[in-house]
Amino acid sequence: MTEMNMTPANDPAAENLAPLSKTQQTVARSLNRRHRQEKLFKGVGLGAVVISLTLVAILFINIFAKGLPAFWQSAITLEIYFDPEIIQISEKPVQQPDETENAFRQRFIEWQSEVGMVNFNRLILEGLSNVIPEASERKYRRDSARIVTSGERYALRDMVIENPEIIGQTKTVHLLTDANIDVWLKGNIDRSLPDAQQQLSPKVREWVTMLSEQGIIENRFSFALFMNPDSRSSLASAGLAGAFMGSLYMMLVVIFLAVPMGVAAAIYLEEFAPKNKLTDLVEVNINNLAAVPSIVFGLLGAAVFIGWFKLPMSAPIVGGLVLSLMTLPTVIIATRSTLKAIPPSIRQAALGLGASKMQAIFHHVLPLAVPGILTGAILGVAQALGEAAPLLLIGMKSFVAQVPTGPFEQSTALPVQIFLWQGNELRNFFEARTSAAIIVLLALMLSLNALAIWLRKKYEKRW
Amino acid sequence: MNNPAKPRILTEQDVTLHGVTKADLAMTAIETNSSGKVKMTARDVKVFYGDNEAIHGVNLDVIENEVIAFIGPSGCGKSTFLRCLNRMNDTIDICRVTGSIKMDGRDIYDPTLDVVQLRAQVGMVFQKPNPFPKSIYENIAYGPRLHGLASRKSELDDVVESSLRRAGLWNEVKDRLDQPGTGLSGGQQQRLCIARSIAVSPDVILMDEPCSALDPIATSIIEELIDELKQNFTIVIVTHNMQQAARVSDRTAFFHLGDLIEIGATNEVFTNPKNKRTEDYITGRYG
Repeated sequence: MTEMNMTPANDPAAENLAPLSKTQQTVARSLNRRHRQEKLFKGVGLGAVVISLTLVAILFINIFAKGLPAFWQSAITLEIYFDPEIIQISEKPVQQPDETENAFRQRFIEWQSEVGMVNFNRLILEGLSNVIPEASERKYRRDSARIVTSGERYALRDMVIENPEIIGQTKTVHLLTDANIDVWLKGNIDRSLPDAQQQLSPKVREWVTMLSEQGIIENRFSFALFMNPDSRSSLASAGLAGAFMGSLYMMLVVIFLAVPMGVAAAIYLEEFAPKNKLTDLVEVNINNLAAVPSIVFGLLGAAVFIGWFKLPMSAPIVGGLVLSLMTLPTVIIATRSTLKAIPPSIRQAALGLGASKMQAIFHHVLPLAVPGILTGAILGVAQALGEAAPLLLIGMKSFVAQVPTGPFEQSTALPVQIFLWQGNELRNFFEARTSAAIIVLLALMLSLNALAIWLRKKYEKRW
Repeated sequence: MNNPAKPRILTEQDVTLHGVTKADLAMTAIETNSSGKVKMTARDVKVFYGDNEAIHGVNLDVIENEVIAFIGPSGCGKSTFLRCLNRMNDTIDICRVTGSIKMDGRDIYDPTLDVVQLRAQVGMVFQKPNPFPKSIYENIAYGPRLHGLASRKSELDDVVESSLRRAGLWNEVKDRLDQPGTGLSGGQQQRLCIARSIAVSPDVILMDEPCSALDPIATSIIEELIDELKQNFTIVIVTHNMQQAARVSDRTAFFHLGDLIEIGATNEVFTNPKNKRTEDYITGRYG
C-alpha cells in the first residue's frame, strides 16, 4: 500500500493525474502479489532448465573424457618378415573352368585352414627380436608373448590369405599391444603398485617403457574398435563390429515391420474404423501397450518367437521382432496424432470434388502427414536402437565372437555390448571402451534424430 | 417487383381460394409455376445428429440455372441442409438423413448411386478457402484428372485455363501456375476453390458462406462471379449476409430452428415477407 502511494509522489508528472478509483487501487495492490508469483515461477522454471542442462553436460563431459582416449590404442610398429620357412603352404586355389562353385569353395576352405595352421606367433616373435634383442631368449619367452595381443596373429594370417605373394617379403605392420600395456601406458593403473599386483611382469614393463620412448609403441587410431567383433581371449582387439551389425539388422527388421504396420494401423484406426466400443478398446490398449515395460516384451519374445516359432536364440531377427512390438504403439500414436492435426478442410475439399475417401487420404492427407509420420517413426527406431532390456531375455547378451552376416545368425547389439563391457573383469581397459561404445551409440542416436528433424523441415508444408 | 416467373409461397389465402389442403401447405413453396426446370427436389428431409433432430422436414425445389440463397440465424440448419444436397453429411458418423432428395428425378440417397458420382455433379465451395497445399495448376487439375475428364496434357491445360478464366482468376495467376495455391490472398484462394469446383463441370455448385472470411472487395468480386456462373450452373448459396442474399440470389429460403419458414422470390421475401419471423429476421430484430 505504502509503496503504491509513494511512486506517484516521487514522479512530478504524476501529481497532476487524477487519483485512482477504489477498484483501481485494489487492482494495483494485487499487482504486487501477481508480479511476485510470476517472478517466482519464472525463476523456478529457469532453475529447472539450468540444473537439467548442467546434469546433461556433466554426463556428456564424463562420457567423452572417459571414452575418447579409447579411440586411440597403443600399437607396436614391427618389421615382419613373412618367412617361407615358417609359412609352408600350398598355392592359393583358383577356380577351374570345369569346377563347380561348391567344389571350389570346399577347396578354398581347406586351403584357408591350412594357412590357419601356420604359427604366425613365430613371425611376430622374430619381428619383436629386431627391436628387443633379448625377446627371443628362452627365459623371456612368456614375457615376449605378452607384448602383442594374441588376436593380431589373425591379422597376419588374413594378410597372407589376401595376398600369398607377400611370403618372402618384409612388411611394416602396426600391431595392437596387449590390453594391459595400453592400460599401463595410459596411466590407468597405479605404477607404484608392488610387482605382485601389477598385471605386467617387470621385464615387460621395462621393454614397454623403452619401446614407447623410441616411438615404436605409440597411440594409433583404433580401427579394431570398429572392424572387430567382441573378443575375450585378445581383449585389446575387442570391437563393436558384431554389435553394430546386430543392431543394424534389428533396425532393418523394425523399419520394415513396425513402421509400415504401425502407419497402416494408424491410418485405418484414424480414418476408416467406425467409432464404437471396440475401437475405443483398441485405442486404450494401444496407449497401454506404449507404457508396458520393455523387459516384458523380451519375455513375450522368448515365449512366442523362440518357444513357439522356434526361431534361433540370440538372433537379430528375434530381437527385431521384439523391438518391433515395442515400437508399434509409438509409431501408431505418433501417426494418429499427425493425421488428427491435418485440417479437415483438406479432406472436405477433396471429397467435395468427388474423390473417394481413400483418394482423399492418399492424395492429400498422407502427403501432409509424411513429416510427422517420419519423425514418429525415426524416434521410435531410435528408441528401439537404445533398448537393451528385452534383448537380454532372448539371449542376445551371450558372447558372440563373430560379425553376423545375416539376421538369423547369432549376434549381440550395441546397448547390450555396452552392458557386457561394463561387466568385464579388466576394468582398467574396458571402462574407457564402454564409454567409447556409448559415444558410438549416442552418435548414432543423434544422427537419427538429426535425420528426423531434417526430414520434417524438408517436407513440412504450410496449409 | 412482381415477377410472375418466380415461384411463390403458399399461404392461408390459397387454402380458401384454391382449395388446397393443409398438407399441401405444409410442403412449403414447392409449386414453382415458373418456366425453369426443377433441378433438385427435397421432400420431408429430416436430419438427425444422434437423437437430436436438426432439421424437421424440409420441402424445397432448386430450379436449374438459378441462384438460391439460404438465410437464417446461426444453428438454423441451413448449412446442414446444404450439405445434404451432395451428401457431405455422410462423412459425419452420427448424422442420419431421412426423406427424399432427388436430382433430375433420381434419388441421390439411393444405395445404388455412387456418392463419388454425385459429388462430381454437385460441387462445393466452403466457408474458409481451402486450396490444396499444391500448385495452382495442380489444384485445378486434380478434379479432372481424378475423373479422367482430360486424357492428354494439352486438354488438361485447356481445362485449367478455362476454369481459371471463368473464375476470373486467369489474368492474376497465369504467370505463376506452379506456385502454391496457399500463397494467394484470401479472395484469390476462394476464387481458386470456385475454379477448382467448376473444373469438373458440375451441374450444381453449393456455396457455404463463401465470403464470410473475405473483405468487402473480395466479396464483391465473388458476387459478380456468382452472377456470371449462373449462366451455366445452378448455385445454392448459404449466407449470413442478407444484403448479399438480396444482391446475388433469384430466390431466398429462410430457415429458423431447423424449419424452412419461407421461400420465395428474393425481392418478395425481402420487401414483403409473408411470415412474421422472416420479417423480424431480415429487419434485424433477431438473428
